[in-house]
Amino acid sequence: MLEIRRLAKRFDPAAPAALFEGVDLDVAAGECVAIVGESGVGKSTLLNCLAGLESVDSGSIRLEGRELAGLDDDAFARLRRSRYGFVFQAFHILPHLTLAQNVALPLWLLDVAEGEARERAGAMLARVDLAARADDWPRHLSGGELQRVAIARALVHRPALVLADEPTGNLDPGRAAAVLELLLEAVREAGAAGVLVTHSAAAAARADRVLRLTAGGLAPEP
Amino acid sequence: MSAALRRLFLASLRRRPLATALSLAAIALGVALGLAVQLIHDAALDEFGRGLRLLAGESDLQVLGPRGGFDDALYLALAARPEVAEASPLLEVQARLPGRDGSLRILGADIFRLPGVQPALLPVPAEGVGQFAALEAGRIFLSAAASAELGLAPGNVLAVQSGVVEHALTVSGGVPGAGAGQALGVMDIAAAQQLFDRPGLLTRIDLRLAPGVAREEARRSLAALLPPGVELLAPEAAAAQVAGLSRAYRVNLGMLAAIALLTGAFLVFSTQMLAVARRRQEFAFLRALGLERSGLKRGLLAEGAALGLLGGLGGVALGHGLAALAFRLVGGDLGAGFFEGLRPALRFEPLPALAYAALGVAAGVAGSWVPARDAAALVPARALRAADEAGLDARPRWVAAFSCALAAAVLSRLPALGGVPVAGYAAVACILAAAVLALPGVTAAVARVLARGRAVLWRLAHARLAAAPGQTVVAGAAVVASVALAAAMAIMVNSFRLSLDDWLARMLPADLYLQASSSAASGYLDEDTVAAVAALPGVAAVEPIRFEQIRLDGQRAPVTLLARTIRAEGDLPLVEGHIAVPPDDLPQAWISEAMVDLFGLATGDELAVPMAGRLQRFRVAGVWRDYARQHGAVAVDLAVYQALGGDHRANDLAIRLRPGADPAAVAQAAVAALGERTVRVATTGEVRARSLEIFDRSFLVTYLMEAAAVLIGLAGIATSFAALATARRREFGMLRHLGFTRGEIGRLLALEGALAAALGVAVGLAAGAAVAWVLVEVVNRQSFHWSMDMSVPAGGLALFAAVLVALAALAARLAGAHAMRRPAVLAVREDW
Ligand SMILES: Nc1ncnc2c1ncn2[C@@H]1O[C@H](COP(=O)(O)OP(=O)(O)OP(=O)(O)O)[C@@H](O)[C@H]1O
Ligand SMILES: [Mg+2]
Repeated sequence: MLEIRRLAKRFDPAAPAALFEGVDLDVAAGECVAIVGESGVGKSTLLNCLAGLESVDSGSIRLEGRELAGLDDDAFARLRRSRYGFVFQAFHILPHLTLAQNVALPLWLLDVAEGEARERAGAMLARVDLAARADDWPRHLSGGELQRVAIARALVHRPALVLADEPTGNLDPGRAAAVLELLLEAVREAGAAGVLVTHSAAAAARADRVLRLTAGGLAPEP
Repeated sequence: MSAALRRLFLASLRRRPLATALSLAAIALGVALGLAVQLIHDAALDEFGRGLRLLAGESDLQVLGPRGGFDDALYLALAARPEVAEASPLLEVQARLPGRDGSLRILGADIFRLPGVQPALLPVPAEGVGQFAALEAGRIFLSAAASAELGLAPGNVLAVQSGVVEHALTVSGGVPGAGAGQALGVMDIAAAQQLFDRPGLLTRIDLRLAPGVAREEARRSLAALLPPGVELLAPEAAAAQVAGLSRAYRVNLGMLAAIALLTGAFLVFSTQMLAVARRRQEFAFLRALGLERSGLKRGLLAEGAALGLLGGLGGVALGHGLAALAFRLVGGDLGAGFFEGLRPALRFEPLPALAYAALGVAAGVAGSWVPARDAAALVPARALRAADEAGLDARPRWVAAFSCALAAAVLSRLPALGGVPVAGYAAVACILAAAVLALPGVTAAVARVLARGRAVLWRLAHARLAAAPGQTVVAGAAVVASVALAAAMAIMVNSFRLSLDDWLARMLPADLYLQASSSAASGYLDEDTVAAVAALPGVAAVEPIRFEQIRLDGQRAPVTLLARTIRAEGDLPLVEGHIAVPPDDLPQAWISEAMVDLFGLATGDELAVPMAGRLQRFRVAGVWRDYARQHGAVAVDLAVYQALGGDHRANDLAIRLRPGADPAAVAQAAVAALGERTVRVATTGEVRARSLEIFDRSFLVTYLMEAAAVLIGLAGIATSFAALATARRREFGMLRHLGFTRGEIGRLLALEGALAAALGVAVGLAAGAAVAWVLVEVVNRQSFHWSMDMSVPAGGLALFAAVLVALAALAARLAGAHAMRRPAVLAVREDW
């Protein structure tokens, strides 16, 4: 599903070395990969590169067989809209939309008809066990619940790739485990490829594979 | 996109109701004022044009003379010419109606000539009145508007005044062709000449040319017959002259409305700018979710357009309401006296309504343009980081600011365009732009100066000003424009009022003033009347004043000839030249500033004035300031005027009292002697007070608009601080954890609000002074051709500035209050 070859990124052209280079990664449909690494090594940057939110200096990114490196900003935006799902550490649930509307947001961007969008968002909320609160406002929810809404939103439009940057970073360990379990399960169920950045060894252990990012590239974590 | 557009963008307007309501109100106000002014003037000009066409009828050329009239021998000469098929003589009199306030326009016409030239003016006798009643003296025919206004029906008697004598006219029928909006009366010309004591005089002759005669050709060949001061004009040219008179006034009101609309656009800008800053993370996240740059920009522009459309539609409705109200209260000339005797009707005009609604949309879109561009330029990867602080661009823009100031300086030197100070208004816009552009630089400079304070609150406020000047700049910018305009108007009005007061003192040196009617109407004082007043006990001396309206050439509107005692240096408010000048071969005349601007005359020039059918040459001895006649006035000494022109009538009488005489007693004696229905007497103090009251009333609309602009600016500060306080909840929660009391955080906000307002007010006052200079020296001079002495109401402006800063502090504090009501713990944990 996702194939990355010899990806390199440097912020400062004058710096002696790139932030990272020689990054290779293959993720199959229904597979979830965890990426770990020291703070500041560039994990978030790598995810941003995969999403086209950050430019890359060299290398190739292929999603569903299509080369993405070099796409312009708008083309990438349209691609993100249909093929990507995101889960953020800070949730980013819009406070002025109900839970159902938050989940339906990607469908709105895709111009899915109102009725269908509502139906699919409802089904997705049911999947994360929040069906009863579809018309509730985000301010009444706990962090774990908010992240479940975010998971529903990341998958509602059946993306090919789900990117999650420390999705449990703002949650206590007990809740984190449950949310992570839900995320992995849902991604596998949807047949998407999942890339997850985390600091938590416990979280990483639940993924199908664990890779460590260094300046020289990605290597399997023993 | 549509669902997203509706729910993410348009719905956000509802989430900040205060800011939205203010932007809407500002746009609606601007649109409404502009539309109302246009509707009123369109209707008035329309009716005015109809009146001119009615009078012109089917004529090809018009012979127009001074208000005093010209010899009717000219009529016979013209009628006999082969080029002329038909000629219709008219004596037009603005008849004073004794005991009533206004006057009535009476046309003395040759009934047998009307059908061929002005059929619409034909009088139609009422039932029971003879066929040839129109030829009888003592009868008048009133148009529908006139009879309705005067409350007279056929058979009733209308009293008119000539000199100080009352005459009775019997209403004998109507003028059905005049239409509903024209208040006028028609009577036989010979009867009118006799009644108004103008034997053998006409004021106009309308000509229909023989078939096959070209108009220009006829104009040239007939011009040779005309005595001086009488001109031959095409009807359109005459109409254009008169429409030109009110143009500058109309443009000025339109500009005020444009300024209100500009303030609206500015408010949209500042609220959108702050909303964009606050919604940065939301936008970054939407971009991550796949919203294109252009989609984001479109969404934000749609917000602005929606605001503009709603405001515009509200404004169109409000504008019609305002226009209807203005028609009811002050009539079609907005109290300026340009369109007396017209009763225009308000109509809904789809095209202007649509155009003004579109202007509202344009203001909304223009206001959102920069914020939308900024939002589209945002880098999502960076903005998504939690610590990213909304950074509003506040780099100093000195180059742009100086360029605008330079442009303003150049523009203020350019002449008027078609009588309208276009460049002057552009200069005002450039000064405002320069002020807004200078604000970031000034803020940065002030931030450096303020670094000295040591108190914690002061340090925090300063740190914020230094680190995030953008928010201060945007909040302050909302104040700059409104303060600049308010200060400019205050300075201009203050200068104007003081100059006017001074002028009145110069023009009204006597103790009492007596008049039979306004100078345009049919009341006048003859020598016997003047002598009678002079003989009253307590009167030391009387000085008659005579006004006549004359035509100096065929291109420009008539000017006023003012004859009064001009002997000593203080007798006229001179700005150039002298009263006592070495004797010359020619008698002396003093011209008003408008004559300099409009006729290109200067001190020392020779000026030919038509007087009693001859051209009389004068030497221009000086230039005086005239606030009463913007189309130009020539002043000559009364004795010279009477000797040269043989006209011994007077319009006003200046009465000087003996020491110890009681003004009220003398006034009463004069009224008793001359008839209380026919003359008015006022003390100099009363005339001055009335003039200043009229002045204040005519600027009332301006004051109200100023107040609205300032309130909107203040509200801008309040909304921006409310928005900022919401965004800074976390910061406040943190400060509460560190041990700050709510009161201290309130004071911090008040301090920041006061700082933002003080910066805006300071820059606004400076810009206001510059705008005032342009208004006084360029806009007023070019629009109305009068100068005034600049005078800054320093105390008032200082108070205004202090109140504004205090209100801003209060507004910022109140706006922050609700943000601080949340428990500190919740605020710190809160992500939004
Ligand atoms: N726009 C940028 N310009 C310059 N440097 C940047 C930019 N964005 C990130 N960096 C730098 O790149 C490095 C990698 O940042 P990144 O956020 O990807 O690290 P990370 O591995 O996600 O760290 P953490 O685990 O703490 O989240 C950091 O040193 C950061 O300062
Ligand atoms: Mg990171």
